[in-house]
Amino acid sequence: MADSKPFRVLPRITEQNEHFWRGGREGELRFLRCQRCGYWIHPPAPVCPECLSKDVAPEATSGRAVVHTYTVNEQPWIPTLDPPYVVAIVELPEQEGLRLTTNIVNCDPYEVRIGMQVRVTFEEYDDVWLPFFEPAGSAGGEGR
Amino acid sequence: MGPDRLERRAVISGIGQSQVGRRLYRDPLDLTIDAALEAIADAGLEPADIDGIATYPGNQDVPPGFSGVGVVEVQDALRLELDWFAGGLESPGQLGSVINAIAAVATGLADHVLCFRTVWEASAQGSKGRSSVTMGAGGTGAGYRASGFMQWTLPFGAPSAANWIAMMAQRHFHEFGTTREQLAQIALNGRRNAARNPKAIYRDPMTLDDYLGVRMISTPLCLYDCDVPADGSTAVIVSRADAAADLAHPPARIEAVGAAIHGRPSWDQWDDLTTMALRDAAAMLWSRTDLTPADVDVAELYDGFSFITLCWLEALGFCGHGEGGPFIEGGERIALDGEIPLNTHGGQLSAGRLHGYGFLHEACVQLWDRGGERQVAGGPEVAVVGAGGGPLGGCLLLTRDR
Repeated sequence: MADSKPFRVLPRITEQNEHFWRGGREGELRFLRCQRCGYWIHPPAPVCPECLSKDVAPEATSGRAVVHTYTVNEQPWIPTLDPPYVVAIVELPEQEGLRLTTNIVNCDPYEVRIGMQVRVTFEEYDDVWLPFFEPAGSAGGEGR
Repeated sequence: MGPDRLERRAVISGIGQSQVGRRLYRDPLDLTIDAALEAIADAGLEPADIDGIATYPGNQDVPPGFSGVGVVEVQDALRLELDWFAGGLESPGQLGSVINAIAAVATGLADHVLCFRTVWEASAQGSKGRSSVTMGAGGTGAGYRASGFMQWTLPFGAPSAANWIAMMAQRHFHEFGTTREQLAQIALNGRRNAARNPKAIYRDPMTLDDYLGVRMISTPLCLYDCDVPADGSTAVIVSRADAAADLAHPPARIEAVGAAIHGRPSWDQWDDLTTMALRDAAAMLWSRTDLTPADVDVAELYDGFSFITLCWLEALGFCGHGEGGPFIEGGERIALDGEIPLNTHGGQLSAGRLHGYGFLHEACVQLWDRGGERQVAGGPEVAVVGAGGGPLGGCLLLTRDR
């Protein structure tokens, strides 16, 4: 990682989202999960949309994902966050449709493809651990 | 069609539009009043006849220039006595405000509703700079923390619908083989039509090479896939059909509305990213009429980004899901003299980002044979209007009064 990180807009941490944004402190990508039927919930909500149970709690996922879609952003929207960088929606194997928006890092932006296997890697900004994803194959460096 | 659809009790009786341009540096309320008074006069009404206002989004704490003008400013400026009004960001796209007005007159809450949308994004961005625009209420960003949906995208440098729609387009390209050359036809068609529209912002000819050579914004969307921030206000009057019988000219009849959203209301959690909320809105629209896509003479379909228009064409059934690329290929089918003339005023890509209402205005222009050089030949009788993209979508099917 570069010594000086670019400025990023960070999320406002609440009781409802803290497990997600700070799970990276323990190296875990966490989502709320229904304790009754096992459904993963994202974004966080106080009720399971499948069985309407309110017994929901954070659990760690495998941190593995597949690139569902992506874009190489070329526009300097945010000062110091220099393009090009990859914005992607990745889907986790834990559940069909369990997705999040993220950045694909540690690879050539123009090498990213739909269907690519990726894994989570966290970067700390103040009190937030942003979950980025890097190639899970040899390009990302297994076991780093 | 058997059951009485409420929307048949409403009509569009008049339209108006202010000066439109880049960085006019005119007060947005001033633009709004121009559009409103023109629409009121076009209908043959006086301000005193207006008893309702509907707008999108109304006064909101959103990026500069986006919110424009709210209900109360217009009410007070014209000293209107209102029986009903509504503004709001949470609606089925920009046309949600018009659909609200239709419901209000159809249920007897108002007789004549002034509907308007005012944007002054060009001036706001010109004076305040782009970074503040993308940071929303957070100004320059220092100390600002994102909440709501933006917390899931802003930390990843994806503040813009350009990024989110780009990811939808990329998925469509991947699943169906859609190409940039095909998508280009939305922009090229818009530019050709804009050349015949004196109010359009960009009217110079554009070639496929121009399109392919311009800089990328967020792959696969280039600069010409993104609409042009503009200043301007558009107004339409929604009247109760029986209160409009003796107005200035025959109104546009409302055949059907589409306002449904069945998928998850989110840019990145939508079930099938190769569709958008317009899928549900369009399905609702066709469920409320005996007309079919084959009956449509002119289509005015939102092009905040070119890819949204392609999705509208698919959602409305002009072609199958995934077949939008081949459908628009070459551009003949969507041209002014084609099978389904599309975005006859140039769309937002060339005529300016009037944020949805420009399409409704243009549909009325075409149904009322006021299109001048860009008038679709043969007296179009059925027009479809769609506005919104991503998890926002609303549409209207309009017919010429006989």
